[in-house]
Formats: sequence, structure tokens, C-alpha cells
Amino acid sequence: MIRIDSVTKRYPDGTVAVDRLSLEIPDRSITVLVGPSGCGKTTTLRMINRMVEPSEGSILLDGVDIQAQPVNTLRRSMGYVIQNAGLFQHRTIIDNIATVPRLLGWSKERSRARAAELMERVGLDSSLARRYPYQLSGGQQQRVGVARALAADPPVLLMDEPFSAVDPVVRKGLQDELLRIQEELGKTIVFVTHDIDEAIKLGTMVAVMRTGGKLAQFAPPAELLSAPADDFVEDFLGTDRGIRRLSFFPSGALKLESGPVVPVDADAKKLAARGSADVPYLLVTDLDGKPLGWGAPQDLTAGEIAVGQLLPYGRPFVHGKDSLRAALDGAVLSPTGWSVGVDGTGRVVGVVSQAVIAEAIRNAHAEGRTDDEAKAVR
Amino acid sequence: MNILNFVHAFFSDSAHWHGYDGIPTRFWEHIGYSLEALAYSAVIGLPIGVLTGHYGRGGNALALIATAGRALPTFGLLVLLTILLGFSLVPVMVPLVVLAVPPILVTTYEALRSVDPSPVDAARGMGMSESRILFQVELPVALPLILSGLRSAAIQIVSTATIAAYVGLGGLGRYIIDGLYQRSYEKVVGGATLVAGLALATLAVFWAVGRFAVSPGVRRGA
Ligand SMILES: Nc1ncnc2c1ncn2[C@@H]1O[C@H](COP(=O)(O)OP(=O)(O)O)[C@@H](O)[C@H]1O
Ligand SMILES: [Mg+2]
Repeated sequence: MIRIDSVTKRYPDGTVAVDRLSLEIPDRSITVLVGPSGCGKTTTLRMINRMVEPSEGSILLDGVDIQAQPVNTLRRSMGYVIQNAGLFQHRTIIDNIATVPRLLGWSKERSRARAAELMERVGLDSSLARRYPYQLSGGQQQRVGVARALAADPPVLLMDEPFSAVDPVVRKGLQDELLRIQEELGKTIVFVTHDIDEAIKLGTMVAVMRTGGKLAQFAPPAELLSAPADDFVEDFLGTDRGIRRLSFFPSGALKLESGPVVPVDADAKKLAARGSADVPYLLVTDLDGKPLGWGAPQDLTAGEIAVGQLLPYGRPFVHGKDSLRAALDGAVLSPTGWSVGVDGTGRVVGVVSQAVIAEAIRNAHAEGRTDDEAKAVR
Repeated sequence: MNILNFVHAFFSDSAHWHGYDGIPTRFWEHIGYSLEALAYSAVIGLPIGVLTGHYGRGGNALALIATAGRALPTFGLLVLLTILLGFSLVPVMVPLVVLAVPPILVTTYEALRSVDPSPVDAARGMGMSESRILFQVELPVALPLILSGLRSAAIQIVSTATIAAYVGLGGLGRYIIDGLYQRSYEKVVGGATLVAGLALATLAVFWAVGRFAVSPGVRRGA
């Protein structure tokens, strides 16, 4: 565990970048430092690997003051990833990644073998190994930066706005990749960002900082959304807090109905049996069980269902994996007001109405479910 | 007679290819003076440029020294030193070094200053020592610019080393001085052609060194 104990940083010009900050960063999870530009996030992060020395207070790593060991030994035990990746342009990708193992005295072969392993882990094709940084896209360079930081298998990873300079689509890919890597490797990650959505997506714990280097709130993201500590945090979180919080409630508790689901080749008897006064629409699936669209029972004729004229079904949610937010989104998107639940392969499991989703939301709020299971559905 | 005739007359005269005043002898003398002057200049200019650039200090002092160095008249310095020290290689070397240090110093400083700070930050954060950062992160990237400083210095030295002949020494300047004195224009033109050829050869050597020493990852765009 990293413990930041009442740390203040005053730069020589008098700027107080961090003001009596105390923070307990839990092991094997992602702790995000978030806040407006200039609020002291980078300074805080750089004090952990002693790129910046605190003016007051101390930082403990597993109970031992980080001043106790030689600075370069400390730094080699912490991966460091920065915004523009900071790759060495004169070295090939594989040699960039092998940097820290080489520093630690590993042989060239062993370092390169390790680097090749890391390339695979961060989703870089092995054909890129002999390329130079300028031959890679921004997103690929950032992956190399992450691989380089992980190369010597450090227990701690420090990341300073690592994904801020790439476009939103690539950023989402990198975020998902980081969550996956974290699940596999269980590092203690301190992640700096100014993007609250990124903080909520990635953080196990989120520290919101305000200008002047003060801690505004330190809480799990779901708690941040449900109970912001003050107006500053509430403002910083932005709009739609309620909807965004739904991301933390699993859809597994929703009871899906399979009654109103019919295959496209259903006969007249089946159509008649499924259609009833309570069920205004039927969901038609293809022969494989994938959704095609909604139709009113009286408009559906056995053997000649016109697929082109069915109503859109919005965006299906993966039952048990996606959150209530995804389920509600599907219901809002479809003109029928019903949402389609599918399994991992996209086959329909059942459908659910807005009313049922709304009830599930009320129940979830009552239970205050922000546990690990909830975490897993983001 | 035009220039080409002079050149032809000079190089086809077999007397110019032998003995202590033959082309090979003068050529190697010239290269010897040039290499010696370049070596002194590099030994002075490179370390100072690298260190000031790495630490980002002393840029103003460097600019001052460089301007002062450029302002000193090469020929005046040669004459003055010869009067003071007598005829030897020293009065030739000093003006050449004074001429060559400023471009090396200033370009090396600039080369180190213009290295992208983010890889350096990353290197430091990974726990590289300062000397490793200098030699393994900054210098490989700064190399093309450093080489270009050395190249300008070398070209200036090669063209200016002709002054050795004024104080009784050898080198390709001999043909120019003697030719002027003897009113032998083919000698003057021949000597000047050789100096120009040597300058071009210098360019080629630096191009080859760049190809060999600069990483392909850095060379692009340089
Ligand atoms: N080396 C420095 N010298 C003086 N002031 C600095 C220095 N680095 C950062 N600051 C100031 O400290 C404050 C916090 O900076 P920083 O930690 O970089 O914030 P953030 O990463 O949250 O944007 C800012 O006001 C910034 O201008
Ligand atoms: Mg910052």
C-alpha cells in the first residue's frame, strides 16, 4: 500500500501545488487522481517516484518511507507512463520495451524475450517489434509506453494522463485494455486524468482534487456519483449523475420475459398463442435467435413476416454482463419501450419493459449495490 | 585560356605528381592540418556544448564566446601569432581552432536543448542515471545536429587551412601562394580546385558517418 501522509509541495517560486494531502492507495487496484488542470495531480504522482520531493510530509510504500532506498531503485520498482508515451525514437519498439530489464542487468536475449511477451499482452502485433516509434500511431505508441512500464513486472504503475492525447475511439480501446491487463496482473495503479468519465470508468477509488492541491473527496466512483461531498465535486461530476450511476448496477437481477419472442418462421398457431392483450408487441428473431425487430401481433402473418417493416429494437444488452444503464438505454431507444436482452453470442434471452427496469432501479438503489459484482459490469 | 584549360594543364603536368611539392604530399599535409585543427576544436567544443546543453545553463555565455570567436580576423591572428611565436604550426592551429569552435559549440548546445523532454522525463522516471540519460537518450537523438556542427567546422577548416602556406608551411595553400607569386595561374587554379574537391570529400565523409552512426529512427526528417 502507498500511504501519502499529510504531504505539501511548495515550488521554489512559492506555488503551493499540493496542500497537506493524505491518501491511502490500496494495493492491486486502480486509484485515480482527478481534478481540473493545475490542481496538483502530476505533482502528487511525481512525488511517489521522487521526481518531485515533498516540502512537508512523507510517503510510505508498504510501511517504509520511500526516502529509505536509493532513488533509482525505487523508480525501477514503479512503472511510469506519461502523456505522449515518451518513447526513445532511436530505439526499436522491442528495445524500448526492454529498457528497464536492461537497466536491471538482464541479458539482451532475456530482456527481448520479455519485451516480446509484453507486446502481446498489450495487444501489439509482433510484426511491430523492429519498427521505430515514428512508424506507429499515437495509440500504438501509448501501448508501447504501457508495455515498457510493465516490462520488469513492477508492483506499482504510475500513469500521468496516458490516454489524453489520443482520439476518443482509440482512448476507449486503451481504457478497456488497461482494465483487462489490470484484471490479469493485479498491479497497484495510480492513474492521473482530468477527465471525470475516465476516472469513473477506470477507478476502484477516485480522489477528486481541487485547485490549490487539496483533496475534495476520496471514494469509489459509484459513491462519488450518488453522494458528492460538496458543490465543487457535484459540479465537476457534471450532468446525468443518476443515469451514469446506473452503470454500477448489474442487469443480472432483471427478470426477462421470453413469451413475446417469436422466430421469423413461426406458424399461425404460435403467433396467436404469443400475442395477447398484455403483450402489445412481439420480438421477431432470425432462425439463429438473433433479434430482427418488433411487430404488433395483428400485423404479423405466419409465413410472410416482412422483416423490413418491423420496428427497430434499439440496442440489445448482454444480460448479466451489461449494466442497468445499458438495459434502460435499449428500452428508451426502441419505440416499443421494451429492451432486448441477449447472451454473449447475441442470441435473444428475453425482453423486458421500461416499467420492470424502473422497478429494478428502485430495488438496486434500496440495496445500495455498489459491491464488487456491480464493479464487474461496467 | 579559360579555367578548364588551367585545370587541365595543372593536373596533366606529371611534375606536379611527384616529390615534396607533388599533389599527394600537399594533399596529405592539408588533411593532416585539418584533422588536427578539427580534433582540437572538437575536444574543446563538444564537451562544453554537451554539458551546457544537458543542464540548460550558460547559453548566453556561449553565444557571447561564439560571437567573439567569429569576430576575430583569422589572417590577422595568424600574422600576430607568427610575429610573437615565430614560424611553427601553433600560429596556424590557433586561428583554425578559433574559427571552428563556435559552430561546434553552438550547434551542440542547440542539439541538446532541442531534444524532446518527454523521453528524458520517462527515462528519469524509469530510474536511469543521469549519465545514462545523457549517453543513451539525449546524445543519440542530438547526433544529427551535432554532426552538422562538426561538418560546418570541418568545411571551414579545410578551406581556411590554406593559410598555413603564408607562414612557410605546406598544404594545398602552397600552390595558391606560390602560383600567385610566380604568376602561374594554372597552379593557383589547380590548388583552388584541390581545396574545393577536399571540401566536397569532407561533405561526403560526414554524410557517410551520419548514415552509419545515426539510428534510422532519428534519421528520418533530419
Ligand atoms: N516546476 C514547477 N515550478 C513551479 N510551479 C509548478 C511547477 N510544476 C507545477 N507547478 C505549478 O503547480 C501547480 C500544480 O501543477 P501540476 O501538478 O502539474 O497540476 P496538474 O497535473 O493537476 O495539472 C500548478 O499551478 C503549476 O503551475
Ligand atoms: Mg498534469
